[in-house]
Amino acid sequence: MDFDFSADQYGLRDEARRFLEKQSPMGYVREFLDDPSGWSRDLWKQMSELGWPALAFPEEYGGLGQGFLDLVLLLGELGRALAPVPFLSSVAMCGQIILAHGSEEQRARYLPGIASGDRIAAMALAEQPQGFGGGPIDMKPVRDGDSWRISGEKKYVLDAPAADMFVVAACTGDSNSWFVVEEGARVTPHTTYDPTRPIGTVTFENAPAEQLDAPSLHPGLQFATAALCAEMIGTAQRTLDMTVDYSKQREQFGRPIGSFQAIKHKCAEMATELEAARSAAFYACWAVATGAEDAALSTHIAKSYCSDQLAHLAGEGVQAHGGIAFTWEHDMHLYLKRAKTQQVLLGDGAFHRELIARIVGL
Amino acid sequence: MDLAFSPEETKFRGEIRAWIRDNLPAGWGTPAFKEPKTFDERLVFSRAWEKQLADAGWAGISWPKEYGGRGATLMEQIIFHEEMAAARAPQIFINFVGINLAGPTMMAHGSEEQKKRYLPKILDMSEVWCQGFSEPNAGSDLANVQTKAVLDGDHFIVNGQKIWTSFAHVADWCLLLCRTDSTVAKHKGLSYLLVDMHSEGIEPRPLKQITGDAEFDEVFFTDVRVPRAQLLGEINMGWTYANTTLANERGPAFLAHQIRFRNSLQDMFATAKRTIRDGVPVSEHPAFRERLAKAYAEVEIMRYIGYRMVTSILRNGRPGTEGSVAKLYWSEMVRRFQETSIAIAGLGGVLDEEDGIDDGKWNRGFSMSFAQTIAAGSSEIQKNIISERVLGMPRGEVWSPKPKEKV
Repeated sequence: MDFDFSADQYGLRDEARRFLEKQSPMGYVREFLDDPSGWSRDLWKQMSELGWPALAFPEEYGGLGQGFLDLVLLLGELGRALAPVPFLSSVAMCGQIILAHGSEEQRARYLPGIASGDRIAAMALAEQPQGFGGGPIDMKPVRDGDSWRISGEKKYVLDAPAADMFVVAACTGDSNSWFVVEEGARVTPHTTYDPTRPIGTVTFENAPAEQLDAPSLHPGLQFATAALCAEMIGTAQRTLDMTVDYSKQREQFGRPIGSFQAIKHKCAEMATELEAARSAAFYACWAVATGAEDAALSTHIAKSYCSDQLAHLAGEGVQAHGGIAFTWEHDMHLYLKRAKTQQVLLGDGAFHRELIARIVGL
Repeated sequence: MDLAFSPEETKFRGEIRAWIRDNLPAGWGTPAFKEPKTFDERLVFSRAWEKQLADAGWAGISWPKEYGGRGATLMEQIIFHEEMAAARAPQIFINFVGINLAGPTMMAHGSEEQKKRYLPKILDMSEVWCQGFSEPNAGSDLANVQTKAVLDGDHFIVNGQKIWTSFAHVADWCLLLCRTDSTVAKHKGLSYLLVDMHSEGIEPRPLKQITGDAEFDEVFFTDVRVPRAQLLGEINMGWTYANTTLANERGPAFLAHQIRFRNSLQDMFATAKRTIRDGVPVSEHPAFRERLAKAYAEVEIMRYIGYRMVTSILRNGRPGTEGSVAKLYWSEMVRRFQETSIAIAGLGGVLDEEDGIDDGKWNRGFSMSFAQTIAAGSSEIQKNIISERVLGMPRGEVWSPKPKEKV
């Protein structure tokens, strides 16, 4: 049994952390806060040169021949740095969906651009604030000869302002599947609660749509969910690190607040939540990557736990910091807002718990 | 990353599974089988069952071969515990302290004579052990042990009181943590003695616990004479020995616990499906579905944590951060789990034993769940340990009384 990452995978994590600390410190992240469409083309270009977007794709599609598990720690580092790039959406979500669902020809058409970083894809799933992915989706493509056309709106599309293609969940007959749309989409960027994360509404007007070969949302949605959980672990780890560091420095009553059990126990609880969340996220990534029997169940377990516990962790981090975390200047609010956004993206805790209940026969 | 078992490991699994199938008491695990409930019933039952395990060579599965054990690899231990748990086989009870605490401590720190004298009798179940650690004033502050052992020629004279001592009134031997030097810092003056529980001056008094059973005792030591040769390892090294306990034992045991919880989870689901509320099963009420699904997720996550712990032990010889948080995670989980079960029982949980729902099982489980967050290092102590040793946070100041004003 070996349920941990390899030395090479940890090596890449360390390299990513060094790169992001240098190239994308929080001062740099903050340069993009005021622009609802804001993301860093420069950082994206550098990452692409390092081969990060190519990492997990087979060589025949312009990739470096590694697998989904090689993305897990990297996603964590991007979440840790709140890096202003659409890596999660384009590479880990859309790229993996196309790899899992696309025909040979479809993969060859779409993946090289995603792998090189020249093209950016965003996943268009939700149409309402609550409860997507569970039942039939409202968006219904219509036949156009051998192909399809899509009209209508997708909301809450992460990284839509950065994207030039979309992987769209839609329903034909009464079954959901993924479509790729390259033109005929209009993006309306929104002001977001997490200002490091661009989100848009995507309006399709009779847009030509290519249905991916394997007609189901799964396992694609499982890859997307596991990838999001992987990112969440990095965000939460940084939140805990900042909180512990601050509590060792900040003095009140003549001693560091980190020597008070009120703060120590809070941090210990956060560390425990995080380790459990990490175990769940890594297990889901492993299960999805290897097509394990409990892949679907494990993503619901991971996302339900990560959603609620890591949002709770972020709130506790703010509380332990006290007034300083209430200021715009301090970074804690950015981590809190990231956590609250991650909490509901791809379904909140209650949504995933209901799916657990159904799978386990309740 | 690879979670597969090797062919040898799978073969081993078949072996233990077959043995369990052939040896579990007939009818065990079926509703018709009356499981032993009181301490005395469990005692009789477990003496027979654990003797059966011992005779088949399964008792000291983790013990090295040189001490008569099976010398099983970590993975084999995990498989053994998994299969025992999956079959809902009785958990080790009467021989728990001997096999898991006294034996391994002796292997690590005892003399050759001591190992030769005591270990075989633990393995063949001819002697039962208890562990004298906690005292009325040494609970979370274990280093504050006050039971004194004073040298008098060839003997230590032991005086003091222990509490929460499991099996003391049926034990033959006690692994006793006692103070041998009162002049040094409290954790530097402690030693381990191997004490004959049949000695004059020892009086165990059973303590009736929250469930009405008496699984442990208070033990009073009055001028008990213990031969000097019964000192374990070096004098005043007791605290160090107590702290070098068996972190590696936790991986396999943790995964076995997980399977036991999975069994309980299935039982809880079954109860939720047949308990009607407002005309429909409890399991269909959104508020309960939410709690049931959460319980399922939390129990599964325990398995993932266990895999990480085992991997750390295999790779580095010791558990990592996940090992430090594991106890806090699962003991708090058990509390929530039992809260949920007793909520499902509803008014059925107001009555107990045969009159209650599921034979009072959820009531007992609820009461017992407090043991998880109190015993073996309370949740509060676990949080101190995690914050200081894992997160590197400063130790708190020691409270001291205000100086008295001069009259």
